[in-house]
Amino acid sequence: MPRLESRTRVPLAIAIIAPIAAVAFTLIACAGLIIWAGAPVGHAYVLLFDGAFGSRFAIAETLTRATPLILTGLAAAVAFRAHFYNIGAEGQLYLGALAAVAVGGGAISAPPALLFPLMMIAGAVAGGLFLLVPALAKTRLGVDEVVTTLLLNFIALLFVSMMLDGPMKDPLSMGWPQSVGIVPELTFGKLIERSRVHSGLIIAIVLAVVLWVVNARTTFGYEMRAVGANARAARFAGVSVNSVMLKTALLSGALAGLAGVGEVAGRAGYLTLDMSPGYGYSGIVIAMLAGLNPLGVVLAAVFVAGIIVGADSMSRAIAVPTYLADVIVAVSLLSMLVATMLARYRVRWS
Amino acid sequence: MEAPALQLSGITKRFGALVANDDISLDLGAGEVLALLGENGAGKSTLVSILFGHYVADAGAIQVFGQPLPPGNPKAALAAGIGMVHQHFTLADNLSVLDNVLIGTEPLWRPLSYRREARAKLLRTSQQFGLTVNPDARIADLSVGERQRVEILKALYRGARILILDEPTAVLTPQEVEALFATLKTLVADGLSIIFISHKLDEVLAVSQRVAVLRQGKLVAMREAGATSKAELAQLMVGRRVDAPVRLANISQGGARLSVTGLAAGEKLKDATFEVGRGEIFGIAGVSGNGQAQLADALCGLLAPMRGEIRLDGRPLAPSPRTFIGAGVARVPEDRGTVGVIGDLAIWENAISENYRDAQYSRYGWRQRAAAKEQAKRIIEQFDVRCSGPDAPARSMSGGNIQKLILGRALVREPVAIVANQPTWGLDVGAVSYIHSQILAARSRGAAVVLISEDLDELFAIADRIAVMFHGTLSAARSDWTIAQIGLAMAGTNEAVHASA
Repeated sequence: MPRLESRTRVPLAIAIIAPIAAVAFTLIACAGLIIWAGAPVGHAYVLLFDGAFGSRFAIAETLTRATPLILTGLAAAVAFRAHFYNIGAEGQLYLGALAAVAVGGGAISAPPALLFPLMMIAGAVAGGLFLLVPALAKTRLGVDEVVTTLLLNFIALLFVSMMLDGPMKDPLSMGWPQSVGIVPELTFGKLIERSRVHSGLIIAIVLAVVLWVVNARTTFGYEMRAVGANARAARFAGVSVNSVMLKTALLSGALAGLAGVGEVAGRAGYLTLDMSPGYGYSGIVIAMLAGLNPLGVVLAAVFVAGIIVGADSMSRAIAVPTYLADVIVAVSLLSMLVATMLARYRVRWS
Repeated sequence: MEAPALQLSGITKRFGALVANDDISLDLGAGEVLALLGENGAGKSTLVSILFGHYVADAGAIQVFGQPLPPGNPKAALAAGIGMVHQHFTLADNLSVLDNVLIGTEPLWRPLSYRREARAKLLRTSQQFGLTVNPDARIADLSVGERQRVEILKALYRGARILILDEPTAVLTPQEVEALFATLKTLVADGLSIIFISHKLDEVLAVSQRVAVLRQGKLVAMREAGATSKAELAQLMVGRRVDAPVRLANISQGGARLSVTGLAAGEKLKDATFEVGRGEIFGIAGVSGNGQAQLADALCGLLAPMRGEIRLDGRPLAPSPRTFIGAGVARVPEDRGTVGVIGDLAIWENAISENYRDAQYSRYGWRQRAAAKEQAKRIIEQFDVRCSGPDAPARSMSGGNIQKLILGRALVREPVAIVANQPTWGLDVGAVSYIHSQILAARSRGAAVVLISEDLDELFAIADRIAVMFHGTLSAARSDWTIAQIGLAMAGTNEAVHASA
């Protein structure tokens, strides 16, 4: 019978080996599916890697994908760290995008130097305020935030749909539910020539670093970590748990809202209802993969984006469905969670 | 000669560098009560866990009635006739006595349960051993003493011939302790064998035939109860002489420092009125669950009173932990590991957790880490907190050192009042005497101390006056209680409780 004994400290070697072992296990486990699909395993993985990181174009595509994922990953990481389970990043992302279009769609005339920050702030505020509702319901009435944030996603999407079919519909869209475009002076600059990588990537990475610093070095970061690690003890020590929870919710929602701003002003140019293929939900996976560490979120987002982009290009070359990307991400999350858990224990055979 | 009921030979168990049990051999005769005496951390729990199959010993063997007991198998231990009564009861509150006894004895996939037969068997068992209890009563409606009886019945129902009682008296009133001892005598007369785990010397001498003393994992002595004394056992247990903390005569300088009037809070605290003067330790006794937790929470600023008020030096205190900390109330919570500290955060972060907002630790929202670590080092040094350094997580410390950190971070700010709820619960003798001496020192500096405790010995040792909580109401305080009187008051049968308020 194997028995688990907990370690007092995780040795560095094991802390490094654990994630590598998890990825290796994922690739081995998913090989079965590739064989099942009738493709050569080695070739498929080479194509997957090439499609994600094998060329300038591939890297650019992966980074473009990673940009919103970093922000939604940060949104989940910040909230989860304080034990506030925000499942609603998808809805906050769409509201952030909608607010960006409202400000940057040409309806307001002001110098771009003023309008650009205003557009960013509007997106962040829209996402933040939208998450404030379930946060207040949780702190005041004890309503479970998992349920409310999840359900608010549908409300947000329906609201956006209503706006895109109504007041904010682009008159030149030939009947498609889509918004007017962001005016060209307000769109994000391109980072790489002839690619879709935009300066939103820089913003996302800077925010990850800022959050890491906030966590480690500021009083507010201390309060968030204290509340997340042990809310009862934090309250005993005089931390106002509710106020920290509300601030955290505002921050988390704002990050998801910014993801929406980046997508609409950096990549798509205008807002449609299929702008996000579930970035808000993927953010949760990324945050968990990263162990809720803001810097880890950047790596995890690039990893997940690479799998998605790589699987796309792989499936174009050989007959393996793109769904394999979802399976790989899911298996890697599970094996990463098991690996980090096992890293904290020692297995004894008796 | 027949085989002893239980025979342990050469039991050794290591956890990393720590040797929890070091080559322990002992035997238990049929119809014998053997006391296992030792401080916290002496290895009693480990030994019992090995016996019960929760741990596997690194070396050694166990024989029950002459048969070897397979290691690491709780089911085999149960089948061999070993029954365990835990200190914290393992009963489901909203189920009946019968249900609680039956849980786990029935196969999961049986379509019908044979309740009628089970009930008859339970009644037979309860009559045989004189443990009267109504099989249909809900556990939630029973007193603590009765619940313990159900725990014992549960073990007997499963055919236990060897009963292990882990600190069975910790939750009982003195009178209930008497009743328990009477029960144990009937059980032994019937041929059962009992291992009685305790760190209370009087009880050990009163109930057992032989006493096994553990210290730092080793069996240091085996004595006949009739041929030893409290003093000898105490010295064996601790390994050195322990002096009771020196308590100066009543030095209360009069004038109420902390005054509580007509306080009602939460569901359980109905009415508490008392005053604590400068340099006075005010003890609050009572069986757990009579409203002490709510009183402690209210006195820590955690729980807003429904009625009544708390004043410090004449000024009313608004119910918030921050107000209380700011006003100079030092607080020691009952649950040191999960309320007193945040285990995942570093020791230095816990050392300033009550005043992290102060200018010296936080400037423009940035933490002043150097100052905070400096403060942590000061506390660690001044209050003898044993740890691997201020950067280690708080949960890496033992309970006694966590308590020293909690007490230290509060005392270092020279509080005017101290609210301590069960400050020495579960600590070893050395830590207990250290905590007591620190509380007494704060008293000499003029602090008003509220000491809530379920340990009467502790209250009698250091409190100046003691009041008793029963059903949410606090009795009048007295400085001249006898053990018998206070026991009756704790059970709610004292005239004084109802006459005065």
